[in-house]
Amino acid sequence: MSWGVWEISARYGDRPALEGVTLEPRPGSIAAVVGADGAGKTTLLRVLAGARDADAGEVRRPAPERLGFVSQGSGVYEDLTVAENLAFAARAYGVEGHDDRAAELLATTGLAEARERLGSQLSGGMRQKLGVAMAMVHRPDLLVLDEPTTGLDPVSRVELWTMVAAAAAEGAAVVVSTAYLEEAERATHVLVLDEGRPLVSGSPEEVLSSVPGVVLEVPTRPEDVPSWRRGRTWRAWIREGDPPRGALRVAPDIDDAVMVAALSRARP
Amino acid sequence: MTTLALARGVTRRFGEVVAVSDARLDLGRGEVVGLVGANGAGKTTLIRVLLGLLPPTSGEVRLFGEAPSRRTRRRVGYVPQGLGLYPDLTVDENLRFAAAAYGAPAPVTHDEVAGVGDWLVGELPLGLQRRVAFAAAVGHEPDLLVLDEPTSGVGPLGRARLWDDIHGAADRGVGVLVTTHYMSEAEQCDRLVVLAGGRVVAEGTLKEILGGLTVVRVRTERWEDAFGRLRDAGLRLGLVGRSLRVVEARVEEVAGSLAGAGIEAEVAEAPATFEEAFLMLSEGA
Repeated sequence: MSWGVWEISARYGDRPALEGVTLEPRPGSIAAVVGADGAGKTTLLRVLAGARDADAGEVRRPAPERLGFVSQGSGVYEDLTVAENLAFAARAYGVEGHDDRAAELLATTGLAEARERLGSQLSGGMRQKLGVAMAMVHRPDLLVLDEPTTGLDPVSRVELWTMVAAAAAEGAAVVVSTAYLEEAERATHVLVLDEGRPLVSGSPEEVLSSVPGVVLEVPTRPEDVPSWRRGRTWRAWIREGDPPRGALRVAPDIDDAVMVAALSRARP
Repeated sequence: MTTLALARGVTRRFGEVVAVSDARLDLGRGEVVGLVGANGAGKTTLIRVLLGLLPPTSGEVRLFGEAPSRRTRRRVGYVPQGLGLYPDLTVDENLRFAAAAYGAPAPVTHDEVAGVGDWLVGELPLGLQRRVAFAAAVGHEPDLLVLDEPTSGVGPLGRARLWDDIHGAADRGVGVLVTTHYMSEAEQCDRLVVLAGGRVVAEGTLKEILGGLTVVRVRTERWEDAFGRLRDAGLRLGLVGRSLRVVEARVEEVAGSLAGAGIEAEVAEAPATFEEAFLMLSEGA
């Protein structure tokens, strides 16, 4: 069975939030949705998770009890302990009494020692990890996580991504949103949204191999060529023709690919 | 290079807690230095000590060659994580207010906020609000700029524009100290200072810091099984595409564990990513 959205649009009143967006998360894979605040990430994830409908296009999602969703903020109850939060989620998803599962998730999250701690006493990283654990307690077919790593430091982020990987290893189709491309690079599919519309979509390899023209590294900002900073040097993009003098051709990375996509859209 | 800010042997305690311990930091004119550390590693405390907002328990701090004071504050621009803008004032009003607060006659802007001067800040998208906050912090032409996670919530395109602004300021001679959690940003810095448990655990360019650190990479058809096996063995795991990454483990250990479960896999050392390096540095502290 495959889940996802095809060519969907969604609006808030008169304001379009999504236009022509397709995402087909595969079982056992991680799809990353990347964009700024306001780019449409949350709307897309809410449609995928059934928290709202699309206004046009096709949506296929598993039955609610086969779906796990963590909206922004972790969904952890502050006045319940870690163990009680997990038990609550298990009951809500109808998998009560599966104590092995709870123990396994506590071990994966590194929260075993904090099992008696109240939700309100957890650090941001612990709370996010608990939220994800709660959403995967029933081994969902589709797991949707809205910016689970926002505000987390690299140590907590690595641990959270381990959980995301664990969910994929169990066979879930996982959708994760983030504002950072470097987080998306580890996914099997990357969708970059800009103002509600898809800017880039594909596997990281596809995204890199489909960059049109040539990306160059240049020591100073070139004139008449679109360019962006990379530390002390510039990256420049030419669609065709000869590179300017002193330019070094480089293999574009995913940041470059997104810049080029934005530039191609701006200058058809 | 002219040193703008300097910390030597700086320690700051809060009661029993040592927030910063024996820290050393230098920032020169036109330099972009990234301050990297886990939450609670001491970044904010070190910044506050540097700016003279908090006295060190011991150690020396110099700003522009003197002890931090009200006078040195005027030569510093600061963008906190919360931006510190007034959402119900226009962009121009915010810029004038910020310049006045720093004692400057009129704000000096570059091209950060061209064309949106009459907009209410609260009506701008976050990426643009962050550029306004940046413009407000440089409007009094400071020599030193301190930015606390300046691009959080900003997408890839907005981030590129903000870094353009930051490098533009550095080109004009401003020294920039920026905190970040992300490699794409660490890459933009001339130099990084990595804090863990209040101590400086690494310093240098991103390349220098990553240099030599490795993880164990596992490639196998049965990655799901390998994942379960290695996780049960108590190893720290990540997934990149279909490759597993094991932090702080030896190749033989990982290969042995997989072979024991009859999982065929290609196991090899691979260069650590920023996050992985960060994990190793933080836990070694």
